[in-house]
Amino acid sequence: MSINPDLQGRSYPAAEVYDVGREKIREFAKAVKANNPAHFDVEAAKALGHSDLVAPPTFAIIVAQRADAQLVQDPESGIDFSRVVHADQRFTHHRPIVAGDQLVAELHVDGVRAMGGGAMITTRSEISTVAGEKVATTTSSILVRGEGQ
Amino acid sequence: MSPAFEELTVGQEIGTRSIDVTRQDLVKYAGASGDFNPIHWNEAFATSVELPGVIAHGMFTMGAAVQLVSDWAGDPAAVVDYQTRFTKPVLVTDTTGTGEAGAVIDVTGVVGALDADARTARIDLTVVAAGLKVLMKSQAVVKVS
Repeated sequence: MSINPDLQGRSYPAAEVYDVGREKIREFAKAVKANNPAHFDVEAAKALGHSDLVAPPTFAIIVAQRADAQLVQDPESGIDFSRVVHADQRFTHHRPIVAGDQLVAELHVDGVRAMGGGAMITTRSEISTVAGEKVATTTSSILVRGEGQ
Repeated sequence: MSPAFEELTVGQEIGTRSIDVTRQDLVKYAGASGDFNPIHWNEAFATSVELPGVIAHGMFTMGAAVQLVSDWAGDPAAVVDYQTRFTKPVLVTDTTGTGEAGAVIDVTGVVGALDADARTARIDLTVVAAGLKVLMKSQAVVKVS
């Protein structure tokens, strides 16, 4: 099955709310081998001026990939997840993500480019609080490998 | 202690870090991130889709590499922008039960650019595994005091 070129320009509205929890920040921080006390100790985070534990710089990938799942799982997209390779990624933080945040992500498909038998798909997630405060913008390109690639 | 803007110069090295990676680390990252693609934990599946073996999540490498910058900055929230291209997979061999690393990722950070108006420093990361650069254009923009 090939990638649907009509995906370009498509957007998926903010779906489920992601509740940022302290234990998830701690778990994610350990998983990326982060040691900064601001990820683990509320008092250490407050000493740096934050209201609660601070998420590591790439934590927003959890929220972004949940948004991406809407596209990958869309039967119209034609994406075979087992042939997906991550090509590039960017995080722009408008303000830090802290425990207690309630986040939503609006997904935009910014580019679809055929490459051999596969395709390069660029998506952007606009992550904000449920109250509408902008938190982060993430952009990601995935290469869906064609057969033999 | 966060670095002082006036004391930074382009080309200055901020430090290096060596990261040992095991298959267990990939399972932990899968659970923490929610990315359960089996190419990151199942050898037979990985080879069936024409990969050389189990490879690390690109996001594991990206997330672990930036810790050098977070620690240098003092506050992880000082990293206001972070981007990379994933150029080579990090192959992680199965060393379960041996205590050995399945891969080693070496990270070096250098001040790549300074913005006096924004008071930010761009840190350029060189990230190498098995002699190959696995990330390219890996750049973190950091607010400095």
